[in-house]
Amino acid sequence: MKKHLLSIDDLTVDDVHALFETAAEMHDVQRRDVKKLPALRGKTVINLFFEDSTRTRSSFEIAGKWLSADVINLSAKGSSTSKGESLRDTVLTVTAMGIDGLVMRHSASGAAHQVAGWLDIPVINAGDGTHEHPTQALLDAYTLTRRLGSLEGRHIAIVGDLTHSRVFRSGVKCLTKLGAEVTVVAPPTLMPSGITAWSKDAGFATSYDVDAVLPTADAVMMLRVQKERMSGGYFPTAREYTVGYGLTRSRLALLKEGAPILHPGPMNRGLEIAPEAADAASSAVLDQVSAGVAIRMSVLYHLLAGPSAAAATTGE
Amino acid sequence: MSDKTLIRGARILGGEPADLLLADGAIAGLGTDLDATGAVVVEAAGLVALPGFVDLHTHLRQPGREDAETILTGSQAAAVGGYTAVLAMANTNPVTDTAEAAERVLDLGVAAGYVDVQPVGAVTKDLEGHELAELGLMARSRARVRVFSDDGKCVHDARVMRRALEYVKAFGGVVSQHAQDPSLAPYGSACCHEGEISGQLGLPGWPGIAEEVIVARDVMLARHTGSRVHVAHVSTAGSVEVVRWAKSQGIDVTCEVTPHHLILTTDELLGYDPTYKVNPPLRPAEDVQALRAALADGTIDAVATDHAPHAKHDKEHAFVDAAFGMLGLETALSVVVTTMVETGLLDWAGVARVLSTNPARIAGLDGHGHEIAVGAPANITLVDPSAKVTVDRDASVSLSRNNPWHGRELTGAVHATFLRGKATVMEGKLQ
Ligand SMILES: [Zn+2]
Repeated sequence: MKKHLLSIDDLTVDDVHALFETAAEMHDVQRRDVKKLPALRGKTVINLFFEDSTRTRSSFEIAGKWLSADVINLSAKGSSTSKGESLRDTVLTVTAMGIDGLVMRHSASGAAHQVAGWLDIPVINAGDGTHEHPTQALLDAYTLTRRLGSLEGRHIAIVGDLTHSRVFRSGVKCLTKLGAEVTVVAPPTLMPSGITAWSKDAGFATSYDVDAVLPTADAVMMLRVQKERMSGGYFPTAREYTVGYGLTRSRLALLKEGAPILHPGPMNRGLEIAPEAADAASSAVLDQVSAGVAIRMSVLYHLLAGPSAAAATTGE
Repeated sequence: MSDKTLIRGARILGGEPADLLLADGAIAGLGTDLDATGAVVVEAAGLVALPGFVDLHTHLRQPGREDAETILTGSQAAAVGGYTAVLAMANTNPVTDTAEAAERVLDLGVAAGYVDVQPVGAVTKDLEGHELAELGLMARSRARVRVFSDDGKCVHDARVMRRALEYVKAFGGVVSQHAQDPSLAPYGSACCHEGEISGQLGLPGWPGIAEEVIVARDVMLARHTGSRVHVAHVSTAGSVEVVRWAKSQGIDVTCEVTPHHLILTTDELLGYDPTYKVNPPLRPAEDVQALRAALADGTIDAVATDHAPHAKHDKEHAFVDAAFGMLGLETALSVVVTTMVETGLLDWAGVARVLSTNPARIAGLDGHGHEIAVGAPANITLVDPSAKVTVDRDASVSLSRNNPWHGRELTGAVHATFLRGKATVMEGKLQ
């Protein structure tokens, strides 16, 4: 495995399977009374968040703590450009405190890549702008694997605001890497530029028609739609979006029996996903949250634990 | 010390070798076996003699950001690049939008003494795009401003652009337009050519159409007003098509291309290195090919550097937050040789046209861009046509280091530059 986890591109298929295997062990740990593993004892991980995300930050925090790491949360929101300090200065200052790993979230695409070039310690991308969110993609694929078994040949639909979605960009890479057939669905205004050529190269399909895609899907992943997109003119009204692209109550009937429904949260109930879909028996939304901790434990373990720590863990 | 220089055996515009005698700021002799008595002799066998280069588009950062560049250091970089005149863009702090501001830039250029620094005046007050700046006062000042530009921003209001085009006719001025419709490519945020790579990288797109709609509108306004418009840094095949059509209709339009748009493509952004963040953005290879062809066939009149120095920390932000721009003065000739001469698209007379004659004409600079003939000002650049140069950003005389060519090998180097007969650069070294 590479030193950093910046993009799904950093992982081979074997890496993904190795991460899933470890995640499954970590998942079992979560059901114990005493959840601590000693793997990262004495290591310090900084969660450096330039953009708020309680959910991702807590998931990484819990993952680090259950591995016995010291986890420090730093909010650097608005700190760089507004105070005139460069991103490089900010991260060099933070990491000069002597830490072993950096988990970083930033509102700018590519920020984690740039930072990794300035640091010697492993950098884990916890979301960079509208670019990637690799641990989200891993937890989604892991959740689907547990529900569906192998993803080889399975058809997964990703529906929603593709343009602004890092979940989509990482997700489509991870799912196709594992052999799934992916169709992404959005109105033309929310399709990233150049997706026609890109999808051909990357081996996934595109569609504007959610009703045509859902009946053949083995699982559906709904993306969050930010209401601000309306003022950007990406679609006329929330009502029109829901009718065109929402997972409505009536669309639930189009899905195959038991096909898992995923959503990265937070959900806009009634906009991109109806309450009936969010709460359906086939909904995997809460599974995703618990898988998130297991996946992040696995990632931290693989990137930060030395050989001795590995032995200690497997001995337990 | 003699004020006479004999350049011996240089190939004039790449043609036959001849001697050039420079005296009293002018070319005093041109021929073979000229008398060297009392002259400093420069052996120039194998070198190509061209008229001194003129840059239509230079950012010198003074006043306001003297940590990134000053008129002195920018002038030095220009001389090293073979330039004898540069047009200093108006987007300084404060903006060059008054006669006094323009004269200050002129005077600082004279004091530096390496190249003629000709101020560009803002089209609108403070580059805000609403009210015309005092164009006439700048034109009548000692600085004799003839080129007006809100560069960095577009004069996007059609009414304001129309009035500016009409107004500058009174003194033979030209509006140099930074063509960017901000409703299609918002200032600041739009930072990557809109296409497959911006889609994959999740960077906000700057579509070619945002340039093309302004170019199309402006050539129609130029036709309507009977005025002269210049398009700064064209970057797309579509813009070139529009300009080609406009020229065929007799519309008075000229345009320039930057060295970087002649070679670098959107692919450079795959590593999110802000060195390659520039406005307009790097475009795909198809656009690069179209730009080269248009420069070769004369649709594009000039190469202009858009030399944009930035302090190191202004580039050490996340890509979308980092400053736009890259250095260009010292390497322009090498890029033109590598992309246009080595490929057979331009001969040396063509290089003289795009780096000197045409920009001097567009800018209305009488003292530059002359043919190499007895009696013409002795603004001469000697080029080593086959030198292989590996660019080292730390060897730059600019105060900044945002050099996209660092570590790359380019062909062709400036050997010497003469401003009115005086060597500002000799053997590649600043004098
Ligand atoms: Zn510009």
